[in-house]
Amino acid sequence: MEAWRFFKKTLALVMKGSLAYYAWCFFLLAIVFIGLKFYTAQLDYGLIVTNMRDQVSWGLYIANFTYLVGVAAAAVLLVIPAYIYHFDPIKEIVVLGELFAASSIIMALMFVFVDIGRPDKFWHLLPFVGKLAFPDSLLAWDVIVLNGYLILNIYVPVYILVKSYYRKEPNIKAVVPVILLSIPWAVGIHTVTAFLYNGLAARPFWNASILAPRFLASAFCSGPAIIIIIFQVIRRISNVKIANEALFKIAELIAYAMFLNLFLMGAEIFKEFYSDTVHLAPLTYLYEGLHNHKALVPWIWASLSMNLAAFFIFLIPKTRRYLVTLNIGSLLIIVGVWIEKGLCFVLPGFIPDPLGEIYEYMPNMTETAVSMGIWALGLLIFTLFMKVAIPIEAGTFFHSKHETRNE
Amino acid sequence: MKMLSAGFLAGFVGVGTSCNHVIDEEFLQKHFLEMTDEEKQRVVRRLEEKYLREYGKTAHVSTGAAKPKTLWGYGLDLSRCIGCRRCVYACVRENNNSRYKPQLHWIRVIRLKKGNLINLENAEHYYNPETVPEEDFIYMPVQCQHCENPPCVKVCPVHATWKEPDGLVVVDYNWCIGCRYCIAACPYKGRVFNWTRPNIPKEELNPAMHYLGNRPRIKNVVDKCTFCIQRVRSGRYPACVEACPTGTRKFGNLLDKNSEIRYLIENKRVFRLKEDLNTEPKFYYFFSL
Repeated sequence: MEAWRFFKKTLALVMKGSLAYYAWCFFLLAIVFIGLKFYTAQLDYGLIVTNMRDQVSWGLYIANFTYLVGVAAAAVLLVIPAYIYHFDPIKEIVVLGELFAASSIIMALMFVFVDIGRPDKFWHLLPFVGKLAFPDSLLAWDVIVLNGYLILNIYVPVYILVKSYYRKEPNIKAVVPVILLSIPWAVGIHTVTAFLYNGLAARPFWNASILAPRFLASAFCSGPAIIIIIFQVIRRISNVKIANEALFKIAELIAYAMFLNLFLMGAEIFKEFYSDTVHLAPLTYLYEGLHNHKALVPWIWASLSMNLAAFFIFLIPKTRRYLVTLNIGSLLIIVGVWIEKGLCFVLPGFIPDPLGEIYEYMPNMTETAVSMGIWALGLLIFTLFMKVAIPIEAGTFFHSKHETRNE
Repeated sequence: MKMLSAGFLAGFVGVGTSCNHVIDEEFLQKHFLEMTDEEKQRVVRRLEEKYLREYGKTAHVSTGAAKPKTLWGYGLDLSRCIGCRRCVYACVRENNNSRYKPQLHWIRVIRLKKGNLINLENAEHYYNPETVPEEDFIYMPVQCQHCENPPCVKVCPVHATWKEPDGLVVVDYNWCIGCRYCIAACPYKGRVFNWTRPNIPKEELNPAMHYLGNRPRIKNVVDKCTFCIQRVRSGRYPACVEACPTGTRKFGNLLDKNSEIRYLIENKRVFRLKEDLNTEPKFYYFFSL
């Protein structure tokens, strides 16, 4: 049977690799193992082993979730410029982008899963079987759009890859509607995730209309920045040719997105600090510290500096078109946006809490280890995706009926 | 390698479900509002057996429904509160809240400097003087306000929390998935989370329980003040009302024209916390003096 043969060959494909490949996989596996160890302890004792408490009831897990939804959204939105500017090779870019989006969504969902106190009751979230509160709860919306997005992003690359496996030219017409659907859907997942916070009147820091646009702007920075790095890794270790021009164009687009992101951030800062109402407290906590509690202050300023530096690197053609500075800029953005949209976004929603208490939160060992475990598992999944997808794309891994003809 | 990672995933799911003893029944238990009377009785029996095993006490778990023509309302006289926190501890005992590390409080008394009421930014939560009351401060107890328009209920992704016909906002602890979205949505800090398995000394277990109220909770679910559903549905006052030494706390049926709470609303100048959020609390603060 071909399915069995495909499975066997896939297995052989992912089991065989260079020393660097083995080292990379085992490195990731080790981190996954450590994460799993901490996660089982968390299941045993409860979420008390984290630093989250009633005052700050979401922390590093939800911060990572928010960031990854943005990354997943942006990875697909890259398809638009790829078409407009005729990046070559377009098919490969679509496949890589969508598989990366799929991996990010899987990570995002895992972050929700570890944050939930009762994973044994997870089935309550299933429509019809459980009792999904659609359309009242934005979390219910998120469950639906994220899983839908995952399906879309698996469907397209699988279609293209299966066709290539059979050595047929994929009928683009068959997937174009799905690709076109996945573009507004990408905007949708990030908007819904923003609304999840945005709709809470109890939390003035999140209850600002600027939230969803800002989410999209910052996602357009971090997602493509990760893609720039990944494209370079892939073209180094495989035959996939991705032109420098494509990377430079992506960097240019990041510069515009970062401008928008910084502008929206400035607009928010102006409104809150100038009007100076009771709702200023979370922003004061974030940027200056509140009643001598300053845990986030160094983080937000570091993030702001990274984002600004990256903005100029990507704005100036000379630094944008030079791989070393391009990569420095990308790393600055990946970290800068992670801080801005992770902890520096989630925590001020809770600090001070609705009755004015300040509980300073920083993730502890458990949360760090579990989070790193999820990142490692996500990267491992993406690595395995690539290990199969690239040979298919390159035409070296194909249906057995072509075997004799080619040998 | 792929096999290995598949193994991990299986492990992942397995760990999530394996730590439950009465796995099938508890795991597959229906939502409270969807159970038939018979199913409710079976669940009650299971719980009562479990409490007998764990605490050596015969508990009675009621599933009593709301009484008709009843809408519970609460009054709190800020002129009288002396900040002694007797209500806090009476509540803990009555409601079988976790006692040690951490002790769960459904009532929080905050201390405010005189001249300041609406801006809670300078509220003190852990004041601890030799004696109360103190000259320069007033005290404001805050608990679930049982909003008519509760933001916590709206955000729950699985309908694990809802407003009963008598206005009480309750949680089905067995349906809660522990996502804590409701905690983020509540403007009054009315909800607390069982971050670990709650602990109650055997001799202190209160055996008069309600399914939606003070039965011992489980690990990693949310809970909250229910205006002592186990008491008020059988004609008693909430424990905090009874415990208060100064008569600060009032309670009654908002639909009953002759109730004390109606008298207060009509004759005192009452206000509700964070009225600008349109949550319509049924918790009225007032000053008698």
